[in-house]
Amino acid sequence: MVWSVRFVVVLLALLGATPLHAVQVDEILPDPVLEARAREISHDLRCMVCQNQSIDDSEAPLARDLRLLVRERLKAGDSDSQVVDFMVARYGEFVLLKPRMNWHTAVLWGAPLAILIAGLLAIGFSVLRRSAAPPASEVALSEAERLKLAAIAGSRPDGV
Amino acid sequence: MIAELGHYALVLALALALVQSWSPVVGARKGDVALMKLADSTALAQFAFVALAFAALTYCYVTSDFSVVNVYENSHSQMPLIYKLTSVWGNHEGSMLLWVLILAIFGALVALFGANLPAPLKANVLAVQSWIASAFYLFILLTSNPFRRLAEVPAEGRDLNPILQDFGLAVHPPMLYLGYVGFSIAFSFAVAALIEGRIDAAWARWVRPWTLLAWMCLTLGIAMGSYWAYYELGWGGFWFWDPVENASLMPWLAGTALLHSAVVMEKRNSLKVWTILLAIITFSLSLIGTFLVRSGVLTSVHTFSSDPARGLFILVILMVFIGGSLALFAWRAPLLKQGGLFAPISRESALVFNNLFLATACATVFVGTLYPLVLEMLTGEKISVGAPFFNLTFGPLFVPLLIAVPFGPLLAWKRGDLYGVAQRLLAACAVAMVGLAAIFAFEGTQSVLAPFGIGLALFVMGGAVTDIAERVDLRSMSIETIGRRAAGLPRSAWGTAVAHFALGVTLMGLVSASTWGSERIIALKPAQTVSISGYDLSFDGMVSRDGPNYRETAAHFTVRKAGSVIGVMEPSKRVFPSRDGMSTNEAALLTRGVSQLYLSLGDKNADGSIAVRLYHKPLVLLIWLGALVMALGGALSLSDRRLRIGAPKPAARIVAQPAE
Repeated sequence: MVWSVRFVVVLLALLGATPLHAVQVDEILPDPVLEARAREISHDLRCMVCQNQSIDDSEAPLARDLRLLVRERLKAGDSDSQVVDFMVARYGEFVLLKPRMNWHTAVLWGAPLAILIAGLLAIGFSVLRRSAAPPASEVALSEAERLKLAAIAGSRPDGV
Repeated sequence: MIAELGHYALVLALALALVQSWSPVVGARKGDVALMKLADSTALAQFAFVALAFAALTYCYVTSDFSVVNVYENSHSQMPLIYKLTSVWGNHEGSMLLWVLILAIFGALVALFGANLPAPLKANVLAVQSWIASAFYLFILLTSNPFRRLAEVPAEGRDLNPILQDFGLAVHPPMLYLGYVGFSIAFSFAVAALIEGRIDAAWARWVRPWTLLAWMCLTLGIAMGSYWAYYELGWGGFWFWDPVENASLMPWLAGTALLHSAVVMEKRNSLKVWTILLAIITFSLSLIGTFLVRSGVLTSVHTFSSDPARGLFILVILMVFIGGSLALFAWRAPLLKQGGLFAPISRESALVFNNLFLATACATVFVGTLYPLVLEMLTGEKISVGAPFFNLTFGPLFVPLLIAVPFGPLLAWKRGDLYGVAQRLLAACAVAMVGLAAIFAFEGTQSVLAPFGIGLALFVMGGAVTDIAERVDLRSMSIETIGRRAAGLPRSAWGTAVAHFALGVTLMGLVSASTWGSERIIALKPAQTVSISGYDLSFDGMVSRDGPNYRETAAHFTVRKAGSVIGVMEPSKRVFPSRDGMSTNEAALLTRGVSQLYLSLGDKNADGSIAVRLYHKPLVLLIWLGALVMALGGALSLSDRRLRIGAPKPAARIVAQPAE
C-alpha cells in the first residue's frame, strides 16, 4: 500500500499538481495513472454546496461523493472529457470551475485581450492628440497680447 | 449605559459629518475662512466621537455584556482577552464601525497635518471625506447598529466563529481597512481637485504619501489573509480566487497603478488626468469590495452578512459615489491642464505601460468575479468562474509587466535610451539565464513553465540590484565613490529597488511552492513513519488537551532528518462546545529556512489509524516574505525626506579651511 501511494505522489509531483487536497486515503484508486487523472479532473470541478471550492479541496460529504463518482466513471473507461461531460449533464455548467468557451462566455474570455487593446488604442490616441496640438511657443501672440507685452516691457531701443 | 453612550456618540458623529458636508464647500466657494476652518474642528470632533463609539463597543466585549446583541452573537465569557478584543470587528456591525473609525482617523489626520495645503483644497477634501462618512454612519445607524440591546439578557454568548479565533483576526481586517479606507484620501483629493477644476503642486505632493500608506497597509492585509488561509483552512492553499479575495486584489492592483501614476505626476507634472481617474477607480473598487462582502450577492467562505436590505443600501451608496465621481470626472477633467510631454521610450511611458497592464489585470479580475452574477441576471444561466480561468488570464498578463519592471527605474525621464538600459541589464539577464538553465538541468522537464518563472523572478531581482548599482556607480570600483553616493541616495530610490526586488521574491515563492511541492496522503498507526522529501515523521500517539473554550485532540509527530530529530509537529482538531460542537482543523507547520513541512489531521479510521495529509512546500514562505519586504520598500519610500512636507533641511555649514 505504501509503495503505490509513493508512486502516486511521484506521479503527482511530475504532473506539477498544486498541493491543495481533501482526498481521503480510502478514495485513492489503486491504479496511479487513473488516480492522477481523477485528481486533475477533480481540480476543475466545483463543489456545489461549498463556497467556491473544488471537489478536490473541499471536505464536504457531497464533494466526497463527487470525487468517488469521477473515479467510478474513470474505472468504467470514460475519457477525461467524457467524465467532465457526464458531470455537466448531471449538474449543469455550474459544476465547471473553468467556464466553457462559447457564445455565452465570449465576453468573459475575450475581456482581457479586448481591454488590453482598448487601453493601447486609448494611449495611442492621447499621444496622437498631444503631438498634433502645436506647442505653446509656436502659437503666435495675438495683437492684444503683443501690445500688453510691449507695455510691460516698456519701450526699448532694441524693440520688442 | 456604555452602549447607549456609544450609540449616541455615533449619532453625534453623523451630525458633525452632515455639517462638514456642506459648510466647507460653501466656504471654499465664497472664500470664507471661518467656514473652511470649521472643517478642521468637525473632522477632529468626528474622530473623537467615533473613537468613543468604538471604545464603547470594545468595552461591552471586554466585559462580556451579553445584553448587547452584537456581543451575545460573537463573544463568550471564557474566550481569551485578545479574541474578545478582536471579535469587536469579527462580525458585520463591528467591522463597519472599524471602517468608519479609520475613515474618521484619516479625516482627522488631514485636518491636523494639512497646514500647508491651500485652504480651499483642504476644505473640499474634508467635505468629500464627510460625504463618505455620512453615508456610512447612516448605513450603520439604520441597518447595522452594533449597539442594539436584548430585552432578556442571556447567560452566555454564542462565541466567536472558531475559525476566527486566531491571531490573524488581530492583523488582517485592520490592515485591510487601513488600505481600503486609506484610498479614500486619494479619492477625496481627486474629487476636490475636480470640484475646483485645478491641480497644483501641493495636490501632487499630498496624493503620493497617503496613497503609499494605504497601499502598504493593503499589501500587508492581503498577505496576512493569504497566510492565515494557508495555515488555518487545512489544505495548504493560499489563494483561491474567491470573490472576496478578488475584491481585495482589485483595489491593490488599481492602487499600485495609482502609486506609479502619482510618481509621474509628482516628478514630471504629467498624467494628471490619469492619476485622478485611478484615484477614483481605486476607492470605487474598495467600495465595491465592501458591497460584495456584505450584501449576500456572492457566495464565499468570507461573506459577512447576507441581508438584502443592507445590500441595497450599500448599492445605493455605490451608485451615488462611483457614478457621481465618474460623472464629475467626465464633466470637469477637460479643464485640467495637460502636463509635460514625453517620448515613446522614457520612464513615463514605461510607467504608462505598467499601468496599462495593471489596469487590464484588474479589469480581468473584475470581469471574472462579476460575470457569473451578470450572466445569471441576464440569462438565468449559472456558471462558475474559478481558479483555472484566472490562472489562464491573469498570469499571462503579468509576464510582460514583470519583464518591464527592471527597465522602468533605469530609463531616463522624458527621453530614455532603451538600448543603453538593455545593456545595463545584461548582468541581470545573465543571472536569470543561469537560473533557468540550472532549473532545467536539475529538475528536468517536469514543468515547462517553472524554469521560466524562476528565470523571470531572478531577472526582476537582478534588475532591482542593477538599479541601485547604477545609482551608486558600482562600476567605478571605488569604495569612496560608492559609499558617498549610497549615503546620499534618497530613501525613495532604496524603497523602489527594495519593493521591486520583493516582487521577484514573491514570484519565486509562488513558482516554487506550486511546482515542487510534494504530498503524502496516508493512514498511520502509532509508531509508524511517513517520509517526504528526505524528512521522516514518526507518529507517536494521540494527545488530549483542554483549551479555554475548546477540547483538543492532537497527534504527536517527531520529525527527523537523516536520523537526527529536528522538531515536533502536533496537528490537531479542536471542538468548541459553545458553538454546538463545531470543530476546526489546526495544521502543524515546521519551518526549515523558507520552506515548510505542513501536516494536517484527517479522520480516525475504524482500525485505530488516523489519516494524515503531509506536504513539503519548498520556498513557500518567500511568498509572504516578499509581500512584507514590498511593504518595507513602501515604508522606506514614505520616510523619504521630501515627503515629510514642511520639514526644511538646514543648510550645511561651510567650515572655512585655514589657509596653509
